[in-house]
Amino acid sequence: MTTLHAVHSDAGFARETLKPPSFLGACGLVVRRNLLHIRRMPELLLDVTIQPVMFVLLFAFVFGGSIAVPGAEGGYREFLIPGIMAQTMIFSSFIVAIGLVNDLQKGFVDRLKALPIARSSILVGRSLSSLIHSSIGITIMAITGLAIGWRMREGFFNAVLAFALFLLVGFAMIWIGILVGSMFDSVEAVNGFMFTTMFPVTFLANTFVPTEGMPDWLQFVAEWNPVSALTQAARELWGNGPEAPATAAYQLQHPVPFTIMWALLITAIIAPLALRAFRRRSRD
Amino acid sequence: MSSSSPAIEAIDLVKKFGDHVAVDRVSFSVPTGSVLGVLGPNGAGKTTTVRMLTTMSRPTSGTGRVAGHDIVKEPDAVRRSMGLTGQSATVDELLTGRENIRLIGRFAGLSGKEVRRIGDDLLERFSLTEAADRTAKTYSGGMRRRLDLAVSLVATPPVLFLDEPTTGLDPRSRTDLWDVLRGLVRDGTTLLLTTQYLEEADQLADNIVVIDRGQIIAEGTPTQLKDQAGRASVVVHVTHASDLGSAEGILRQFTDEVHVDHGARRIAVRATGLQDMLAIGDAISRAAIEVDDLGLQRPSLDDVFLHLTGHTAEDVSTDDQPELEEAVR
Repeated sequence: MTTLHAVHSDAGFARETLKPPSFLGACGLVVRRNLLHIRRMPELLLDVTIQPVMFVLLFAFVFGGSIAVPGAEGGYREFLIPGIMAQTMIFSSFIVAIGLVNDLQKGFVDRLKALPIARSSILVGRSLSSLIHSSIGITIMAITGLAIGWRMREGFFNAVLAFALFLLVGFAMIWIGILVGSMFDSVEAVNGFMFTTMFPVTFLANTFVPTEGMPDWLQFVAEWNPVSALTQAARELWGNGPEAPATAAYQLQHPVPFTIMWALLITAIIAPLALRAFRRRSRD
Repeated sequence: MSSSSPAIEAIDLVKKFGDHVAVDRVSFSVPTGSVLGVLGPNGAGKTTTVRMLTTMSRPTSGTGRVAGHDIVKEPDAVRRSMGLTGQSATVDELLTGRENIRLIGRFAGLSGKEVRRIGDDLLERFSLTEAADRTAKTYSGGMRRRLDLAVSLVATPPVLFLDEPTTGLDPRSRTDLWDVLRGLVRDGTTLLLTTQYLEEADQLADNIVVIDRGQIIAEGTPTQLKDQAGRASVVVHVTHASDLGSAEGILRQFTDEVHVDHGARRIAVRATGLQDMLAIGDAISRAAIEVDDLGLQRPSLDDVFLHLTGHTAEDVSTDDQPELEEAVR
């Protein structure tokens, strides 16, 4: 009580003496708070831990026997790991959207807006912590993969490049997450929307099975799916699958540049929409 | 800045959501160190006014100043000078009480050391020390409110905005919170609080503005507003029912507007103010009539609101769409 009083009269009318944190400092605080949430509620990590590991095991052992992948050195299990990692990274849009809609609903965004910090730090912090979140998932899957026989066979540089592509796509997914999180009013709505869109998008691709067995039209859709470019890029960089045949879609024959192109294109289109939606949602 | 300049000013504030005018040319000024109560029913524009003054929402036109800073041109300076506790508690449920305060303190620019010291003080002051290391999820409604308020105070803002701070609290928690607020004002904080509860404005505010449908329809001290609603009366409770007749005779010498309630041994006389009460008291005591109580009774703020708007404050007018401000956002 008395201390507060003292602080008060020292500071005078306005507290210009108090220097708010820098932009990076504020982002860091948002990240710290979001990670603290994970520590308090470890079940938040289920989506990037138990779930993908379960997928790896289910697909590898249930379907693995009946899915032949011609030309894949390590067989179906090696073929599968890059696909599930790609799915996990696409799902980071999910994580961003849920986190953001929660922060908007429970007033955390309002609370930060009343403080003298850059408002963009809310988004940047949310995005960084989601990338960390997804990266934990990728790491856990890599460990699971290594345990069941998955290997990176094309050298250190290529191995790192594949992980970098995952992060780049994760970055692009953030914008989709911000857009969706700002568009809907409840966690349930976000869940419903993301589940019905992102889930098919990650399955209508080469993530879990080779596209050769699909009907023509489906094969066309699957091979031009950006998720397929990412998956194919990782398979080639890690030596987990055959190179795309000359009959495959053009992007699968050049998966690395196409993955980069998709990430930049999605960012260029979605980012302005996402920022506008967030600003509109949080301003009035 | 001299202490006589206003801590909060609203200057012709207007906010439109599409065709709906939520706030219509609202102007007022709050002297430093005083408490302004913004009184009105749901959907009257109270929250929207607070959101504009606290830079959360941009005015359609007009402006305002908080601690001398323009809310449109210098939003950062405004944010450095004020604290805001919104209508619903915005505490982070997954963090403990202590973590909530420290996190916001760091955002406000306090050092780790400062925030620990001030945080512990605040927890103590708001009787949250025991619960400090429990996650806020486990807190009761009253505790959440107190934590929310403590969080708003971590940077020791000289100006504090409270949007319906006691809505949803039980009577005990409400009076506790009032005491805390009185303490803040004693320490020099300027307070703007919105409320639907007339009693709350009466208890805390130095000045009141009454808002209905986006416009200010009355302003003044609680006493002035009550005087507007009608004159006061002097009420005399006699000890013995047998004295009622003679007491009434004496009071009739002052005015014809005398109302006798035999069951309650109570007589009410129309009066203009304190002088009348003193004269009546003098006359009664000279006649040696024993009284239990004798006092001046002013109309309540409920009477005021009814008088001004034709409806009571708690009675949400149906054509007014409560929560419209929320819905449009």
